Amino acid sequence: MALQPVIHVDAIRKAYGRTVAVDGVSFGVQAGEIFGLIGPNGAGKTTTMECVEGLRTADRGTISVLGLNPIREVYALQERIGVQLQAAQLQKRIKVREAVGLWASLYRKPVDGDRLIDQLGLSDKRNAWFMTLSGGQKQRLFIALALINDPEVVFLDELTTGLDPQARRAIWDLVRGIRQRGKTVFLTTHLMEEAERLCDRVAIIDHGRIIDIGSPAELVRRHCPERSVIVVTEDSAAADRFRAIPQVESVSSQGLAFTIRGRGDDLVTHVIHCLAEHRIRVTDFRTELPTLEDVFLRLTGHQIRD
Amino acid sequence: MLRGLWKLTWLEVKIFVREPLGLFGTIGLPVLVYFGLGRLIGPRMGRVPPDVPRFVSVDLPIFSSILIATSAVLSLVAIIAIYREGGILRRLRATPLRPHTILTAHVTVKLMFTAVTMIAMVLAGRRYFPVPASVPLLSFTVALLFSTLSILSLGFLVASVVPTARFAQPIGTLVLYPMLGLSGLFVPLESLPPLLRGVARALPLTYAVSLLRGIWRGEGWFAHIGDVAILTLMFFALMTAAAKVFRWE
Repeated sequence: MALQPVIHVDAIRKAYGRTVAVDGVSFGVQAGEIFGLIGPNGAGKTTTMECVEGLRTADRGTISVLGLNPIREVYALQERIGVQLQAAQLQKRIKVREAVGLWASLYRKPVDGDRLIDQLGLSDKRNAWFMTLSGGQKQRLFIALALINDPEVVFLDELTTGLDPQARRAIWDLVRGIRQRGKTVFLTTHLMEEAERLCDRVAIIDHGRIIDIGSPAELVRRHCPERSVIVVTEDSAAADRFRAIPQVESVSSQGLAFTIRGRGDDLVTHVIHCLAEHRIRVTDFRTELPTLEDVFLRLTGHQIRD
Repeated sequence: MLRGLWKLTWLEVKIFVREPLGLFGTIGLPVLVYFGLGRLIGPRMGRVPPDVPRFVSVDLPIFSSILIATSAVLSLVAIIAIYREGGILRRLRATPLRPHTILTAHVTVKLMFTAVTMIAMVLAGRRYFPVPASVPLLSFTVALLFSTLSILSLGFLVASVVPTARFAQPIGTLVLYPMLGLSGLFVPLESLPPLLRGVARALPLTYAVSLLRGIWRGEGWFAHIGDVAILTLMFFALMTAAAKVFRWE
């Protein structure tokens, strides 16, 4: 079966007054993948996502989601997608069970709300008011609401912003679970670690333009091919041995720790060979791979958290 | 079309009841004030002789009714603004709920609580302000419903454009209370300067007061068909305008 993109975005542009939020953005999301739009705050992630959801109208360009036009066929689309919005709230005194029940009543083919509450770990919060939930519980409720109509595509906008690391990890597991049920996930995040751990493919966006698209590993290989190996040894001849390794570009030392820099996938193998061949006794050995964070820095010239 | 309307309305009733202070302010306070006033001035008035001033015999009930309707509208304006500011409207928008469903639910809730307050007041104040047997209560209720809806539609127009919750209350007050002053309740329309009279004629409350007064006096619907027509027309015009300028966030 040929891969048919579930979401197809072609050269959209959106301006608010004289500020251009999104400028010529194009990408496709395949069925069954977790696709991430990553970039700093204000890069145009939410605007792009809300255009795809049919909540905003792009000034130019075309969008199709599940073969539907998100503006003209928004009602048909809403039955088939699930949406979690950035910084949304519910009525302070609405109960978890009531919110899920209300949402279930809005769709033609809802799933069992009670089971969904259980699956998202909210069983003992069933009768709690929205205002009493923790940040992680609120986000889990919003995921439940996004899944109530058994959607084919789920949109998650800055899902884990403001959560502590533990709650964040729990949410990541839930998102992987959504993919396992055969659904497509389109998310935005400004957390590179989240994108790296969760996404099959990411699009890096900055100042309203897409800079590159690919799997996290692909992007790292393409833009940051350098590797570092850190070896701690008391062997005084080690530095010269390391410099002789093919692919090595520099060796620096700090006390007993040597940092060997080079590029290419074989660097680590070469270093291990060198250590074995010369019987160099090491007390520590670790590799440092560039991350999406490094890719972002290289591509845009600035940190994502700026 | 109205999928979720009943569920949302019922939920909003429950949510409203869960806030004790709001509930007391909406129902308890007006009844208490009415009752207290009754105790203060009621005995002095005795058994309401036939020659009591018009304001007490006719206009006081109308004034209180409109005041309650107005405060219902004000709280509606505030709720819509709070829902907008908190992102609740935004979240609801991304569902098959339509804006008119959300608005209808809130109007229904407000009408219900207004009715409850009115009934409680009439019951609590029975001893001091007996409703004359000549007043057609059912007709008066319908007329009040008409009036409330037209004031509500004006409230919506305000709610649709007011940017933040903190701004909603003063703007609502600024629109509604001067309207009360021009409604003909305190100063007869004829004695207003021409400019203000023109403004009064453009506001729904003027027609609501005329209608309520007439019905209370037992003049019948036919005599006030003009008021009903204008109130209906204003309701649809204001709602259409509100729907046009309505902002979700």
